[in-house]
Amino acid sequence: MTSPGPTAAAALRAGTPVRVVARGLGVRHASRRAWALQGIDLVVEPGERVLVTGGSGAGKSTLLAALAGILDPEGVEVIGELTVGGRPPRQARGQVGLLAQDPDSQLVMTRAGDDVAFGLENGGVPAEHIWPRVDQALAAVGFRYGRDRSTQALSGGEKQRLVLAGVLVRRPGLLLLDEPTAQLDRPGAELVRSAVARTTADRNTTVVVVDHDAGPWLPLVDRVVELTPEGITELGAGWTPARRAAGLRLPDAPGGPKLLAAEAAGFAYRGTTTAALGATDLTLSGGRALAVTGPNGTGKSTLALLLAGLRAPTIGRIEAADELAAGARGGRRPDRWRAGDLVGRIGTVFQNPEQQFLTGRLRDELALGPLRSGSHATAAHATAEELLERLGLTAYADANPYTLSGGQQRRLSVATALATSPRVLVLDEPTFGQDAQTWRELVTLLAERRAAGCAVVVVTHDADLVSALADEQHELQPVGSAP
Amino acid sequence: MTASLALGPAPDVTLGRINPVAQLSALIIVTVVLLTSLDVVTPAVLVAAELTLLPAAGLHRPGALWRRTWPLLAGALSVGVVNTALSTHPSVISGAGLGLRVIGLALPGVLLVASTDPVRLADALTLHWHVPTRFAYGALAALRLAPLLVAEYESIRLARRTRGVEAGRNPLARVRLLGGIGFALLVGAVRRASRLATAMDARGFDSGIPRTNARGSRLHPRDAVFVAGSVVVCAAAVGLSILLGAWAPVFVG
Repeated sequence: MTSPGPTAAAALRAGTPVRVVARGLGVRHASRRAWALQGIDLVVEPGERVLVTGGSGAGKSTLLAALAGILDPEGVEVIGELTVGGRPPRQARGQVGLLAQDPDSQLVMTRAGDDVAFGLENGGVPAEHIWPRVDQALAAVGFRYGRDRSTQALSGGEKQRLVLAGVLVRRPGLLLLDEPTAQLDRPGAELVRSAVARTTADRNTTVVVVDHDAGPWLPLVDRVVELTPEGITELGAGWTPARRAAGLRLPDAPGGPKLLAAEAAGFAYRGTTTAALGATDLTLSGGRALAVTGPNGTGKSTLALLLAGLRAPTIGRIEAADELAAGARGGRRPDRWRAGDLVGRIGTVFQNPEQQFLTGRLRDELALGPLRSGSHATAAHATAEELLERLGLTAYADANPYTLSGGQQRRLSVATALATSPRVLVLDEPTFGQDAQTWRELVTLLAERRAAGCAVVVVTHDADLVSALADEQHELQPVGSAP
Repeated sequence: MTASLALGPAPDVTLGRINPVAQLSALIIVTVVLLTSLDVVTPAVLVAAELTLLPAAGLHRPGALWRRTWPLLAGALSVGVVNTALSTHPSVISGAGLGLRVIGLALPGVLLVASTDPVRLADALTLHWHVPTRFAYGALAALRLAPLLVAEYESIRLARRTRGVEAGRNPLARVRLLGGIGFALLVGAVRRASRLATAMDARGFDSGIPRTNARGSRLHPRDAVFVAGSVVVCAAAVGLSILLGAWAPVFVG
């Protein structure tokens, strides 16, 4: 499907799959005592497709950065051997294509075709050979729009497919995929995986996929290896990931009083004609868990902001029951409460955990909320230690939250919301990036809060979470024009 | 705010057919003439000429025009008023002249931004004026991230509220909170920028191979006509100013 013209092939050397060899590889970040990677022995033959999976914080992203040759040489210590096509990764960078998580920090140009052409221009491919190859790459990933399509007008899944076209058009000998579907909803993730399957079927590139969520990749790869703190383990043929919800027993919760309600509440950003969230009716009661689901762009996160008292609805009302509002200045509308009153009543976890971090140590981060809502220092620190222990973060108690892996950051942000024991919990994708063990711990923690009388709202794409935890489900539909 | 920052492909407007480097040349000529003349006639003529180009840049609707130019008009008005009121020989004419100069200096930029696709601008700059590609395309990629920064500011502010951090009415707390948000925004922007730089490097950007350009950027006779036209208009403005006895070049003083 990508047979090159002779001139173009000469102009951009690539197109032959390369061999990847790691022997005794270890990587340690300068700020840490523990090795991020240790004793890694891995051989990937040319044209082979390998999935690297592993728990949260097992070093998946570090391995990928090492393969891509983008480890900061001053920030890390590397031992052992690692070669890509027989050369050190840094020198082999021209043969390596990388698809990362966030499409917005990978697109360069404003038009789809220009963005795919970008990599060929950089490689010095003559202009007359560029456009045929661009069209070929766009067709190969199944991009439905023309070259002139604005990159900003694309959904996350379409953007990610476009980035993939821009990577593949250079005909890399090694294609690295770093959780490329992590920020996408299910249809978007499916778009990306089918594009990967189509473009790598002819084995003209070696493929290494890194993903904690192994299941969906299994039909696409030849074998699976797992990263563990001790090294790397080959998982045999026929391996399937453990069902993380299997045998999970969650505490029952007695139904509680109504705490918060949305009455035909909707939201439109100023100066826009389309509503970000259509009129929605919901009731949150103590001891109940509600899952908000639906495709990307239907206003799930906007609904979370309204319920969390962070934005006022532009139509309808969000109203707290007396039980929740008692003692808060500003009446029954959570968006009018002071932050100090809000933090003890409604706990919120954002989609991007980094935006919520305020201190330089995990320990302080967890004690901050209780201190702000008037807890005694001893009690606040005891709460912090307990949460660190429960979520497997004790080893990092003095680390800076920004240095944690994505999955660890997510657990930390959930822990900060739990620390103030609020009556309502609003969580946007709380299980993102979790391995089976931390997933179970998180879900159990949430269920315990529910049993203690909390109202729990999760905004999520995680079907396992919905079936394990949710008492009710509210599926949002695409919205029309604002009234 | 986001509307004027959004960098999609520019709409197809008449002025967009003029090569960006020709537009930039005209902009430089007009700037030099405006910066060196202190009277009111020269900027008045040039502003009038610039206004006739607005429809060609797709800015004929008052709403679209106002959205892009209100900060400029406010600035020009304040320059005019301040100079009228505070100068040693207060005069409405010289105040108006200075206000018009501000408008005359800024409008070509407004026209350029409204009519020119940023990608075409980067192409033209690297191909005709040999601006380093690292600078031109790096700036282009960074510009694409600007609207995201606006959204991120809002989201960090809300995230702090969920942690119990809010300024309330205390102005000192407000300054400290803004400082904190600014820092978080900066950290986020640097991290995003470094991810983008990694992605660009991974696609061979600035790897030492001479870069080709898929779109090209051609200069047409109409571009020469456009630049010549700007020279003629400038000459006419200065000529009229001399005829009316208002001409006051800066270097004669």
